[in-house]
Amino acid sequence: MRNEMLLEFDALSVNESFARMAVASFITPLNPTLEELADVKTAVSEAVTNAIIHGYDNFWGCGKHGDMPPASQEIHPGRVRLTCRTEGDLLHICVEDKGKGIEDVERAMEPLFTTRPEENRSGMGFSFMEAFMDDLEVESRPGEGTLVRMHKRIGVGPWIDA
Amino acid sequence: MDEFAVIDNCLMIRMPEEIDHHRCGYICEMADRYIVQQRVEHVVFDFEDTRFMDSSGIGILMGRYKKISCFGGKVFVLHPDRQIRRILNISGLGRLVEIVD
Repeated sequence: MRNEMLLEFDALSVNESFARMAVASFITPLNPTLEELADVKTAVSEAVTNAIIHGYDNFWGCGKHGDMPPASQEIHPGRVRLTCRTEGDLLHICVEDKGKGIEDVERAMEPLFTTRPEENRSGMGFSFMEAFMDDLEVESRPGEGTLVRMHKRIGVGPWIDA
Repeated sequence: MDEFAVIDNCLMIRMPEEIDHHRCGYICEMADRYIVQQRVEHVVFDFEDTRFMDSSGIGILMGRYKKISCFGGKVFVLHPDRQIRRILNISGLGRLVEIVD
């Protein structure tokens, strides 16, 4: 069976948990194992966080400066678009932003490469997406935005985990 | 602050249920304040309540590890669940921190 959903939300860090929860709920009919669910949630969280903090530079998160953004910081009004499609047991996820884009995608995908080490970013985002999904494609154009496509077959995990 | 406590020369941090970029700024900022002001040697992260973590969690651990390891300090990870263990292993951080059940 084919099923598709589309979410569009402001590029704010509060929406990171909303996005992964929404995808987790959407794929429930595929009957994923707990491990598959955790994998998908992690991958979505990485992709959406990247769009928010790198695509739109909305680095402000509630923890750091209290519940309100500091007055000095402008919040980019951009949006993140999340498409999620299931076809049989195959899950497709697409995370798209119209932010600043990535100059060198290959470099960005190297483990531990980060443009923001001072902000406690680990540089593991793309590595985690690759590790937790079956397939990952990244398209980006500087100044125009970034599109991340991920696929994963659900229901192939070990039935009972030792 | 209930989540943070200094016992002897260890900073104990009780990690929240969900760790993502949204939550990590606060943890990093508070942890660094304790490390500098109370001169703690080791940092212990307790993941007992944690049900979700992404690479932001790795950023928290890695940042604290860098700050204290040059003075001989260690980072301990308590009660990680299966997913957190996998994340630690994939990132290679599992070899730098001490995992305790």
